Amino acid sequence: MIRKTLALALAGTALTSTVALAQDAELTIESWRNDDLTLWQEKIIPAFEAKHPGIKVTFAPTAPAEYNAVLNSKLDAGSAGDLITCRPFDASLALYDAGHLSNLGDMDAMSNFSDVAKSAWQTDDASATFCVPMASVIHGFIYNKDAFAELGLEVPKTEAEFFAALDKIKEDGSYIPMAMGTNDQWEAATMGYNNIGPNYWKGEEGRLALIKGEQKLTDPQWTAPYATLAKWGSYLGDGYEAQTYPDSQNIFTLGRAAIYPAGSWEIAGFNTQADFELGAFPPPVQNDGDTCYISDHTDIGIGMNAKSDNPEAARTFLTWVASPEFAAIMGNALPGFFPLSKEPVNLEDPLAKEFVSWRDKCESTIRSTYHILSRGTPNLENETWGASVAAIKGTSSPDELGAELQKGLASWYAPHQ
Amino acid sequence: MRLTVTHHKPKIRWHIIVFLTPAVLVYTSVMIFPLFNTLRLALYSQFEQQRVFVGLQNFQTLFGDPIWSEQFWNALGNNFWFFFIHMLVQNPIGIILAAILSHPRLRFAALYRSAIFIPTILSFVIVGFAWKLILSPIWGIAPSMLDAIGLKFLYAPWLGKEEYALTTLSLISVWQFVGIPMMLIYASLLAIPDEILEAAEIDGITGMSAFWKIKLPLILPSIGIISILTFVGNFNAFDLIYTAQGALAGPDFSTDILGTFLYRTFFGFQLQLGDPYMGSAIASAMFAIILIGVCIYLFGIQTRMRRYQL
Repeated sequence: MIRKTLALALAGTALTSTVALAQDAELTIESWRNDDLTLWQEKIIPAFEAKHPGIKVTFAPTAPAEYNAVLNSKLDAGSAGDLITCRPFDASLALYDAGHLSNLGDMDAMSNFSDVAKSAWQTDDASATFCVPMASVIHGFIYNKDAFAELGLEVPKTEAEFFAALDKIKEDGSYIPMAMGTNDQWEAATMGYNNIGPNYWKGEEGRLALIKGEQKLTDPQWTAPYATLAKWGSYLGDGYEAQTYPDSQNIFTLGRAAIYPAGSWEIAGFNTQADFELGAFPPPVQNDGDTCYISDHTDIGIGMNAKSDNPEAARTFLTWVASPEFAAIMGNALPGFFPLSKEPVNLEDPLAKEFVSWRDKCESTIRSTYHILSRGTPNLENETWGASVAAIKGTSSPDELGAELQKGLASWYAPHQ
Repeated sequence: MRLTVTHHKPKIRWHIIVFLTPAVLVYTSVMIFPLFNTLRLALYSQFEQQRVFVGLQNFQTLFGDPIWSEQFWNALGNNFWFFFIHMLVQNPIGIILAAILSHPRLRFAALYRSAIFIPTILSFVIVGFAWKLILSPIWGIAPSMLDAIGLKFLYAPWLGKEEYALTTLSLISVWQFVGIPMMLIYASLLAIPDEILEAAEIDGITGMSAFWKIKLPLILPSIGIISILTFVGNFNAFDLIYTAQGALAGPDFSTDILGTFLYRTFFGFQLQLGDPYMGSAIASAMFAIILIGVCIYLFGIQTRMRRYQL
């Protein structure tokens, strides 16, 4: 009798202690996606917590432009969250090298991803994978379907058609042809240069040749996009020089502009903001029938803080992130962030479907400046921001910009010396 | 005689030490130690995750490498322009406002004084954001206000143009801080005894000439203090540029000052990773520049300034 009660009591304490342990696990996610706060809070986290009671997850985003700096300081100070949303390539690789991210290569769930998807978060020799791939974003142009119908415009396929459409919108005068500003600089590079560029440097072919040093930034395929950007200037709204990124988003969703050079991450926001029909087209090619190339950029992964207090819970979360269930929830909750898992996800949003359909028609590549080429100082990605702005404003010629960027890259990158 | 001397000698005044210690400790831990640690950090660099002593190599890179030195001299030049605008606009306007406010027959003086001073207590973030909206070509009131008086042609997206952006930001900063010189000068104008002004009046010096001949020489030391405060403040400036233009201090680095250059280098930006060692080198250079400026003022100007006993 006594023995029985004792055993029961022991079992009882054991039970309560495990429950207490499980309830104790609180995970904090560091992220730059402050736009997605409600989606995480209302859809993704509840879905996880329903399956794993006892693990409490908090999504704590920072402003995108400050994310890297803030995260680095937090990691150095030991105050960063348990789960770290990973920028692709070198930014996260540096975190792994510094011992801030754990190696997740031993996770079974990693086999749900293709090598290309994982490559953004691996060491150069692919011996360690430190983030679970979450999503990629696709670049292109979003347009106001109502405006196009009103002006009798066709969706442009070639560059000539693209500029003809812009001319027509400008002539009509009721819409700003294209909504983009140069104040924040990154849009010019991300939605400008790296959006239209892959058609010139033939996607992966050019990107890899640049990394190997076989092509130079002064080559025509790398400077020609600047010449095209230079033509954009006259189609952007009045005072585009001081127009910020949120300004551009608002101008477009208020129906004041016809075309928006976009990344697919805009879809969710635009769907709720705009009260007109939205369409999308991939970056126009030079001649009808040319192979089209799109920037399908591995953009988001999620890894584990090596100094996390709850490594078990963090791994549970990451395993769930790698599951098809998460891919389906995220792909549909965040239309425009396309899951990278091998298993195809059924998307419902028409605009997201349009974007993802280009994967079948066009060749995919990633942004040219992200892999390896932004490891040194001056940083090629950041330099490209300034160069793209200068091209649009017409303050420098494409050849000057190419020469300047090449000089910067050659100053630290051996294959270009 | 001898006895009395020995009697007084060994007395340690404990209360002085007790009262000074907290302040010395706090100041040393939050100001002096970080300052010297930053200077020390500038002599190191990182190789293969290891901190290595490299002597003055960071400074050699900063001033010798064209990529770094171009940015440094650009930031320093912009900083001098930022300071120049403040000296040229903020301080004279501050003096004029103080002179007007101290006029005995001015009505609602207290109201004006508060209104002009209020921007000073606002956060940089509010000021930067509010002015960005006012000047915005899309939503701003600046274009429509200019349009209303037929001067629309004068409008330009100032914050987005290389040639205007820095001057515009300097003027925003002037708008925010003009209350400080105004208050300091106002206080020293009030401190001038009425007898002196009355005596001058008897000698026939009134109005403007009273200001130039009596008041200005008497407030000159305050103007000196304001100049040095402006200098230190401007060369440490960062917040306004960062909130209005971001860490890349666009367009095309035309608004990059030492503070934003330091931030970008130390903490990194976007794909650029932070480099605390080069950052410390820049911080040390900033410290040296401010130190030299303050020394020039202290030894070159302040010691020669004539002071009048009031």
